[in-house]
Amino acid sequence: MFLQNNYGLVMKRVIIPGFMFFISILSGYAQTLISGRVKDLKNKPIPGASISVKNSFDGATSDSSGNYSFSSADTGLQTLTVSSIGYRPIEITLQITGNTIHMDMQLKEEPNELKAVTISAGSFSAGDKTRGAVMSSLDIATTAGSNADITAALKTLPGAQQVGEQEGLFVRGGTGSETKQFIDGSLVNNPYYTSVPDIATRGRFSPFLFKGTVFSTGGYSALYGQALSSVVLLESIDLPEQSEIDASISPIVLGVGTQQLARNKKFSWGISYSYVNVAVYFGLVSQKPDYFRLPAFHNADANFRIKTKNGGMIKYYTTFAYNDLGLRTPDIDSSYLKNAFNLANHNWYNNLSWRENLNNGWKMMLGASFSTNLDKIQQQTQNANNEPHQFPDSIYWMKPKNFILSNKQNLAQGKAVFEKRISGLSALRFGGELWHFYNPLTYNDTLKILRDNLISGFAETDIYLTNDLAAKLGVRYEYSSLLKQSDFAPRVSLAYKTGKDAQISAAYGIFYQKPDNQQLFYTTDLGFSRSIQYILNYQKMNKDRIFRVEAYYKLYKDLVKTVPISYNYFGYNNSGSGYAKGIEVFWRDKKTFKDFDYWISYTYLNTKRDFMNYPSQITPDYAATNTASIVMKRFVTEWKAGFNLTYTYATGRPYYNFMINSTGKYYTADEGHTKDYQNLSFSCEYIPSLGKVKPKTFVVLFASMSNVLGYNPIYGYHYSFDGSVKQPVTPPASRFYFIGCFLSWGVDRTQDAINNNL
Amino acid sequence: MKSILFSFLMVCAFASSAQSDKYVAAMHKNLALFDSAKTTADYQTMANSFERIGEAEKTQWLPYYYAGLALATAGWNDPNVDKDANSTKINTLCDKAAALDNNSEIYALRNMSATQQMMVDPQTRWQTYGVQAAKALDEGLKLNPDNPRLYYLRGESIFNTPVAFGGGKDKAKPVFEKALALFKTDKPKPLYPNWGLERTEEQLAKCQ
Repeated sequence: MFLQNNYGLVMKRVIIPGFMFFISILSGYAQTLISGRVKDLKNKPIPGASISVKNSFDGATSDSSGNYSFSSADTGLQTLTVSSIGYRPIEITLQITGNTIHMDMQLKEEPNELKAVTISAGSFSAGDKTRGAVMSSLDIATTAGSNADITAALKTLPGAQQVGEQEGLFVRGGTGSETKQFIDGSLVNNPYYTSVPDIATRGRFSPFLFKGTVFSTGGYSALYGQALSSVVLLESIDLPEQSEIDASISPIVLGVGTQQLARNKKFSWGISYSYVNVAVYFGLVSQKPDYFRLPAFHNADANFRIKTKNGGMIKYYTTFAYNDLGLRTPDIDSSYLKNAFNLANHNWYNNLSWRENLNNGWKMMLGASFSTNLDKIQQQTQNANNEPHQFPDSIYWMKPKNFILSNKQNLAQGKAVFEKRISGLSALRFGGELWHFYNPLTYNDTLKILRDNLISGFAETDIYLTNDLAAKLGVRYEYSSLLKQSDFAPRVSLAYKTGKDAQISAAYGIFYQKPDNQQLFYTTDLGFSRSIQYILNYQKMNKDRIFRVEAYYKLYKDLVKTVPISYNYFGYNNSGSGYAKGIEVFWRDKKTFKDFDYWISYTYLNTKRDFMNYPSQITPDYAATNTASIVMKRFVTEWKAGFNLTYTYATGRPYYNFMINSTGKYYTADEGHTKDYQNLSFSCEYIPSLGKVKPKTFVVLFASMSNVLGYNPIYGYHYSFDGSVKQPVTPPASRFYFIGCFLSWGVDRTQDAINNNL
Repeated sequence: MKSILFSFLMVCAFASSAQSDKYVAAMHKNLALFDSAKTTADYQTMANSFERIGEAEKTQWLPYYYAGLALATAGWNDPNVDKDANSTKINTLCDKAAALDNNSEIYALRNMSATQQMMVDPQTRWQTYGVQAAKALDEGLKLNPDNPRLYYLRGESIFNTPVAFGGGKDKAKPVFEKALALFKTDKPKPLYPNWGLERTEEQLAKCQ
């Protein structure tokens, strides 16, 4: 035994080297030269591919022309494995006999979500983890002039008009009501605070609720419907990073809230409350309207989120808001009368969603939402002493100015989407949704009720032929019980990667929308309006720079037209039509100037439409031919402060006065163009606790100012009943200022990851 | 009979030692290339060779580890490397190595892989890859609190974080010092990772 061990040791140390030499000479005779070339399916060489004889050290790496060669001592039936990063590995069985082997191989690209082409036609996405996002969630909050309003931030992107006198996104020749918002797949019925005459209201939802935002300016997916021009898709955040308590303090708003994350990081809940009161602000900054009830808003929200076993999420979010305000504006038909407008609004919004990974590549997305919105509006004509002023029947045109309106809008909905990964990145999606609208309205003493069950079914497939070529084919079916009408909308889009970071994509689709309830209260004998869209997009994008250019052509059919019956009563039909075409350019650059980030948007719009009371196809009064924005951001780390500027320019918009002639038809009694619009907004944030290790209190100070240059915009004109007087529509104050302090207790999110590295 | 048995045993002993010597020789040959490798193609070739050794040996974690290390080195040196694809490959190699022997060295490699992915776009990626990188170091130190390379990597991460975000050389210095002290007592087994001392000394000099 001793001998054997000892012998073995001697063998190892002394004899083996000699023996090895002998073996290698021997095997030299049996060496087989194997060589060839590794290529992809397009016959382009793949460098760096690994070729090896299975279970042996023998092998090689392909060179820059894809060529490889090596010798193998193995003989017989062997398996050759070929692999390269980004490609599907292959195995080849071959007989090694000692004769030289030449073997070319082709590898197929691995489907790769990060590399694959995405359909970008008509769609701008914002988010932190979203691929192809043009802006991050934080960008929405730090865009000067947005004051953390999602819609205001999206208006700096191409496609949207700078409409300042009413809320909503006016996209590519469409009105504000042709853009719909969806949260986690469910339609939001009242995304904005209720309209006040000539004042654009804010959106109800904070950008910090969402991890991703898609602003589709056209050609959107078959999963969504009832938006003639555009959709804004908001995806709520999953679990928060950690537990914390937040507070905001400003002369306008006070807020407090908490977010609690369970220790196992599978469950979280949160509540918050804020109160907006402008009394102090309006005392400091005078407003044009005479506010007899200062705007005050109460907002409360609550949420819970559960992470399921298979990595799914269940999320519930609810928000309750109450606000009221009253304002007087001079009456246009008389020099001494005023219109006193009073609004009280209750809004309750609920959204429950469940996203789950099922077996065998199936995914399920379920959503349910209920919202109720109650507006109580009263308008009264008042004299110089603010006393009600009544009119005799002979002055009929003044009578509609006195009214009491109670409008309740309920929407209950359910949506189910199932998705199946077919192979690689290709997927099939289908599902359905039901929207139940209930809208009772009392106008003076007359009650009218609208009920509609809108049922939709849809199917869509993403087909990836390669990483470079993708198609999305979709169909959507909708039926409205109120209109007793159905529609069928096909949607197609294609994307092709033309080079590194560059792609072209195209989209075609038909989109339907039912008339607004304002018109349906008069008649339900109406059908869906329709738009047909063609979009062509080129995009070149890397992490530092984004360039996009998009051209589109859009046809509007069956738009709602007004048929005057009396001075205060109208009929409606679907005889309207129109078109829009344009070119839009977007450029974002984070690299050229150090620590300086900017983007430029340009929108060219050529649109005409014949709808509502328009006498013929003309450019609508919300459409500017040229619009451009430049958004600039600079963060100075040493000062712990960021500075943001946004400049927007739009050419003048047309304005019209339509009157009814003796034959009961509308004609253009007066028309013109407003002067060009411009606005320079500034905001800055100061983060004193930035860089502190685990600060107890995280503080952000924020200040903003809109219209720094004091430009006086005119959005259009109001006309007196007889057309003899016209008054410009202007904002309630030339500038808007905001200062605020945001505090959070808990471990600061931005520090979390960095501190872990210490 | 006795002599036949003896010869047989001898051949067996020889075969097994030849196998392991073949492994050792192949490893040494490839490890020597770390000194001469310059281009991404060089590192790719090395990584492929190490991976072949790993696949043939089946029980050794080191070949997978060094294949990953070669790719990580290429990732640091060459800005044109697709970091996401490269890191995906490194992570696969880490998983294969960890299946055989889950040790602290593999976490050092995981840290490098995640850090590279973070560096693609630190502002938006630290939330995911920054956290992953930090977690890898924590996990590694749990397995071996005296691994100098983990301290060196932690020092690098602090060194390269802006002062305003809690990084900088003042904070990195004690971590590099700790790494240096551990390198002095570190006695890696043959073929085991032994890199990092030189770079730690370089970085420490920058911190003075």
